Amino acid sequence: MTTALPDAAIGPVPVVRRRGAAATLHDSWVVAKRNLRRMTRIPEIVVFGLMQPVMFVLLFSYVMGGAIVIPGAPPGHDVYIQYLMAGIFAQTVTFAVAGASAGIAEDMTKGLVDRFRSLPMSRAAVLTGRTLADLVQTAFTVVVLALVALLVGWRIHDGVLNALAAFGLLLMVGYAFSWIGALIGLSVRSPEAATSAGLIWLFPLTFISNAFVPVSSMPGWLQPIAYWNPFSSTVQACRSLFGNQIGPVPDAWPMQHAVLVSIGWSVLITVVFSWLSVRKYRRAAG
Amino acid sequence: MASAIEAENLVKTFGDVRALDGVSLDVPEGTVLGLLGPNGAGKTTAVRVLTTLLQPDSGRAAVAGVDVLKHPNEVRSLIGLSGQYAAVDEYLTGRENLQMVGELYQMSARDAKKRALELLEWFNLSDAMDRTAKTYSGGMRRRLDLAAALVVRPPVMFLDEPTTGLDPRNRLALWEVIETLVEQGTTLLLTTQYLDEADRLAHDIVVVDHGKVIARGSADELKAEIGGERIEVVVHHPDLVPEAVAALTPFAKGDPAVEKNTRRITVPVSGGARVLADAIRELDARSIEIDDIGLRRPTLDDVFLSLTGHATEDEDAADEGGAAAKKGRRGHGKDA
Ligand SMILES: Nc1ncnc2c1ncn2[C@@H]1O[C@H](COP(=O)(O)OP(=O)(O)O)[C@@H](O)[C@H]1O
Ligand SMILES: [Mg+2]
Repeated sequence: MTTALPDAAIGPVPVVRRRGAAATLHDSWVVAKRNLRRMTRIPEIVVFGLMQPVMFVLLFSYVMGGAIVIPGAPPGHDVYIQYLMAGIFAQTVTFAVAGASAGIAEDMTKGLVDRFRSLPMSRAAVLTGRTLADLVQTAFTVVVLALVALLVGWRIHDGVLNALAAFGLLLMVGYAFSWIGALIGLSVRSPEAATSAGLIWLFPLTFISNAFVPVSSMPGWLQPIAYWNPFSSTVQACRSLFGNQIGPVPDAWPMQHAVLVSIGWSVLITVVFSWLSVRKYRRAAG
Repeated sequence: MASAIEAENLVKTFGDVRALDGVSLDVPEGTVLGLLGPNGAGKTTAVRVLTTLLQPDSGRAAVAGVDVLKHPNEVRSLIGLSGQYAAVDEYLTGRENLQMVGELYQMSARDAKKRALELLEWFNLSDAMDRTAKTYSGGMRRRLDLAAALVVRPPVMFLDEPTTGLDPRNRLALWEVIETLVEQGTTLLLTTQYLDEADRLAHDIVVVDHGKVIARGSADELKAEIGGERIEVVVHHPDLVPEAVAALTPFAKGDPAVEKNTRRITVPVSGGARVLADAIRELDARSIEIDDIGLRRPTLDDVFLSLTGHATEDEDAADEGGAAAKKGRRGHGKDA
């Protein structure tokens, strides 16, 4: 530090003038790059994120698969895993909530967020950069999970294009849910609390659905809730697109229009929660 | 000279706490303002308001002539901030950290990379630049954080307790960096709890306590304000004390104090080194043998003590001594 400055200490540096959406996209990408780099430095996060769904596949298909009977199908492991995978995929992408909530909460408690807030960058970029990085992680997890599922007997029965559409839909849902995570992360302000707060409500959401058992087996008053659950329409949409549907699709309207309903929910959640999150981030004075 | 940083009557409350209770500041271009105060005085809150991180309840502020509340994003491209806690990403390398900041200042990837390398070299971090910041020592992290604040060569910098927690060697090194920046024309607002730091680096000092400005001026002005410049003499033999007192009386601005057993005579004076030289000549002319003589100026510690009734580090005494101290406070004539 005793050497002279290599350059005058003050004076303009060359900058690229970006405005509006271009600036937000650029800054989000820079923050996303940062978050992706962090994931490669802390691979445990990605690995543990993978282990949970893989374990679910193995436990549900081998341990419980024989006992669960899907109407219109013979019991057995090979049949149940066809039914199960759409649910596991949907559950995996919605767990992106926990990654986003813990990540944002950690960023907010560390001094780094002050650096971001003192820079002439897009106010939304810290959050979009996080959700974009989570999207990449989710895509990676889904690919690995699909490979594991193929190994234990899961099959696509309705063509590659439809399967790709299902994966696209899953990523869209995962992206939407990571915005819920962002809002939770901004609200709790402690990474530990954020992890629990991010996960706890996902259990009723994923279990009061068609993910693991048919909704027709639930009490009557619970059935409409389960059918309108955004999680159920995603599961139903994937099940149909993968060609994994066993027997007729339930009569409920959201099940008959599952792809549409799932996209609708995703767009709605993304719009509402990104708006709430960015507003909260702007106001967070701490 | 134009103002680089202006604040008028800033008020910020957190519940019952008035973190800023009507603070006004004025930092002319190219100068250093030392914001001095104990823990909880409101220094960080002031910096956060001026760097757009916090909205004040009332008051106004401008940096480089740009209104902080109306055009925060414009202000952000003119300032560099190194906060109280190093704001670096632990899981990124030093180089990646600086490059990211450059890109977020809207530099092209290539320019950001080039600037990062320059700064890493200047801050002696080249060897460690491809290690994650997690492996850095406290001093290295501080340097990286300061480098991040310098990425765009900002004309106005804010440093919040830049040397707190550093060892003396790193502290000195950081002072040198700051001095270089100032030599090259950077305007700086620096907060500190260390009086010697403000004394060394700041042109003007603003002393804050409980969210209020309790004094302002240069270090010398603050010292002059509480007076207390004095000559201390230790004579060689106790028998010489009366004659030494007689010799020094013409220079005295008050009653000389004598400590018999240490043979020390303390005489309040004014006039600095010239008076000291005259006193030495007088003692010499009378052949009074002395062991030691010196001019003792009050330190900023003394200033603080006299203004607030408590020493800088002493949080508890702050509240107890508050009432008594207020009576003794003397406002300074120079106002923003
Ligand atoms: N976010 C906050 N919430 C509540 N109180 C705060 C907050 N920030 C600062 N304070 C309070 O405001 C006062 C001034 O704090 P601060 O500006 O950090 O002082 P300093 O930097 O001089 O140590 C303190 O009493 C502190 O507890
Ligand atoms: Mg502070």
